[in-house]
Amino acid sequence: MKIKSLMLGAVAATALAPAAIAERGSDGHVNIFYWQAPSIINPYLSGGNKDIDAASLVIEPLGRYDPNGALVPYLATEIPTVANGGVSEDLTSITWTLKPDLKWSDGSPVTASDVKFSATYCMHPQGGCAQLAKFDGVESVEALDDLRVRVTFSEPKPNPYGPFMGALSPIIQMAQFENCLGPKASECTDANFGPIGTGPFVVDEFRPNDVISMSANPHYRDQAKPSFATLTFKGGGDATAAGRAVLETGEFDYAWNLQLAPDVLAKMLQGGKGTAVAAFGSIVERLEMNLTNPSPALDADTRSTVKAPHPFLSDQSVRQALSMAIDRNLLVEVGYGQAGRPTCNLVPGPAVYASANTDCLIQDIAGANKMLEDAGWIAGGDGIRVKDGVRLSILFQSSTNSVRQDFQVLIKQWWSQIGVETELRNINAAVYFGADPGSPDTFQKFYADVEMHANYFDGTDPQSYLASYRCGNEPKPDNQWQGANINRYCDPDYDLLIDELGRTSDLSKRYDLAKKMNEMLTKETYTIVPLIDRGLVSAHANTLGGVLMNTWDSELWNAADWHRVK
Amino acid sequence: MLTFTIRRLILSVPTLLFISLVIFLLLELAPGDPMAQVPLTVPPEVKAKMREALGLGEPMHVRYWKWLVQFLWIEPQVLFDSTFGTTFSEGKQRILSWQTRSPVMEMVAQRLPQTLWVVGMAYVVGILIALPIGIYSAYRQYSVFDQAGTFVTMIGFSVPPFFTGPLLIMVFAVYLGWFPSVYDTTHEVTNWASLKVQLGQMIMPVMVLALQTTAQISRFMRASMLDNLNQDYVRTARAKGLPEKMVVLVHVLRNSMIPVVTAIALGIPSIFGGAIITEVVFKVNGIGAQLLSALQANDLPSVQTITFIIAVLIVLFNLIADVLYGILDPRIRYD
Repeated sequence: MKIKSLMLGAVAATALAPAAIAERGSDGHVNIFYWQAPSIINPYLSGGNKDIDAASLVIEPLGRYDPNGALVPYLATEIPTVANGGVSEDLTSITWTLKPDLKWSDGSPVTASDVKFSATYCMHPQGGCAQLAKFDGVESVEALDDLRVRVTFSEPKPNPYGPFMGALSPIIQMAQFENCLGPKASECTDANFGPIGTGPFVVDEFRPNDVISMSANPHYRDQAKPSFATLTFKGGGDATAAGRAVLETGEFDYAWNLQLAPDVLAKMLQGGKGTAVAAFGSIVERLEMNLTNPSPALDADTRSTVKAPHPFLSDQSVRQALSMAIDRNLLVEVGYGQAGRPTCNLVPGPAVYASANTDCLIQDIAGANKMLEDAGWIAGGDGIRVKDGVRLSILFQSSTNSVRQDFQVLIKQWWSQIGVETELRNINAAVYFGADPGSPDTFQKFYADVEMHANYFDGTDPQSYLASYRCGNEPKPDNQWQGANINRYCDPDYDLLIDELGRTSDLSKRYDLAKKMNEMLTKETYTIVPLIDRGLVSAHANTLGGVLMNTWDSELWNAADWHRVK
Repeated sequence: MLTFTIRRLILSVPTLLFISLVIFLLLELAPGDPMAQVPLTVPPEVKAKMREALGLGEPMHVRYWKWLVQFLWIEPQVLFDSTFGTTFSEGKQRILSWQTRSPVMEMVAQRLPQTLWVVGMAYVVGILIALPIGIYSAYRQYSVFDQAGTFVTMIGFSVPPFFTGPLLIMVFAVYLGWFPSVYDTTHEVTNWASLKVQLGQMIMPVMVLALQTTAQISRFMRASMLDNLNQDYVRTARAKGLPEKMVVLVHVLRNSMIPVVTAIALGIPSIFGGAIITEVVFKVNGIGAQLLSALQANDLPSVQTITFIIAVLIVLFNLIADVLYGILDPRIRYD
């Protein structure tokens, strides 16, 4: 490592010679700040974005998603499709071809067996691989020769780009991880802390939960890249500190995920040292309507299960009125600013999948009142609407987070204007998003009428995301309260569409199906009431060029192209 | 004295075992899930497998026993090996953090120097400022100096570091640009210039922490001095014509130091525990910051190990304080 850094220093020194703009390492040093510090540099053992992004500088997949969600080949020569013969006609196999002469950062050649090994590593039953879902339905992975790998699926896969595509599924070196399979995965600290990769940078030193020092990969496939000879990836602190270090003091070049109040960010930008960049993906902050009865009077096997329909949220007009009463534009202004835009869609992007569904964008309190009135919900003496002895009284829960609590208060106020009484609750995020079946406070158990959080899908294809709203996939005592159909939604027609989407490979038909399913869950039934399409906001110094914000892959996906603006 | 020390040392073993059990149970019974930070896109089956890979499938008592063996038997062997180059611990399972899948003790060892530098320095600076203030405030009770001192210590007591920290950053890092707002943990001191950089990045966290220490110790010192200044032996000393300097700085100070030394000794474990808030505010990667990130990630082995180390230190320094007491004040005998 010493010799390597000396060599890099020499490279950097010669770069001072004239006309050296396109030389590797000519731009010196770059500082990246993630306010959540990386804990490990192996995405297969961690689901955290901080770890995945840090790893994306070092290890690479066969192909990545660009900022528009399009597929771009990285280690592969091209993206296999049915048209170019890479994907079989019956959609059960995909064959990737590696670029020739690829080298690991230690100088050894990258071969198809490394790709095959990456799958073996993640699919080991005792490994606890966090990205196992990427390999869902994979029957076998075989190396056809040194450069070609074939992935065979047990059934037709219209979207075969799970394995080896995107930051979550990179290729790791077989020689390094060979003895780290299954239960041994976590014992390989050296490998997990310093994977040998094909990416633009190599790890020189890693201090877990603190800082990573990297330098340019001497064997990177593009001789002229990366522009930076060394890189510091600092972690820890909070979003305010990260924003300050880039925008106000200029100590750092790039700050990740500035979840700041809009006015705070605006003030920091006045510092004039940097720019905030936003990109929108599929993250949607939404209200989830509980279609089952969460009443504590019910026994544990019935409460919040399909056995007991909700006393008033099972009435569509109530759900619709609750949605109509909300002013999404104000919510964006209060909570997200540049980092959010109002939406009525569960699938807000990629654009081809987004439905032209804008009915909910304008607040309509009068209309909501009329709708409830027409449905027979009549205001009682205290102003709260009642029908057949059922009061519109809602327990509204969310995770503890200042923006969410602001939203809760605003929404409670709007709902009071349509005669709905709301009790607010917030729960520590580690408990709320934790999956402890013994806890009554998890979002899956949903012991409340309405809850608010954000969710998104991975990659650019919403198929599995939409498929989670299948009848029977709801959290319930039988499955330890696991399952992604949080609302306990069940519609046989919807299930038919899920099956159809699973068989369809024609893209325009897939777009139409996804739009239809999105509309069924949102504007047709108001099962899910989307509020805000949340973007990611990061900031970079004005002197850092080449940043292309990306929500479909790692934000640092094109770090090889980053350079110093002179 | 020796028998007292030995007896106390032996007695502290069951105390510590009990503390470790309480910590374990508290963490175990508290709600929370190490997988809570994993994105919602990861399906529950996968999360269940990840939990199993962390060893969460085993019953509670087995996990407690494993941790105890790892902490008390395997980790000391690792320490022995790394000191003497032996291989007792080879192939044995160490305490692994759930967050990083690496040995917790290695991270502690990596972070301890930062904590000792910053928090330890702050403690020393705090004491050095506090003692003269305390002495002079007591000697000139209700003078302007005393009132001003009281005012400053009240601020030190009542203003939390999460306020003073960002305030200092705003003033000295953002507006004046004198010091960095982010502590560079990879910085190495090799010459005068780099020492200057190191001092520059340390000064703000040290000052924030020193303010707290100063407030506490100077109040202690002042009260203790006041107790002694009115004693008969002080009058005797003055009556026999000793110079005032000698009376205050030798007779009174020595006697007043007894409770202060105890207070200082009892505060030392908190240096090792790090300063959670200040470390996070200034991005110093010390033990405190490690504990906080482990807590947030529900990384139970890390939390358990660090809190237990702190518990051991507290018990140990309590004992040291007691022994010191006996040495400083010959009237106190434990036997």
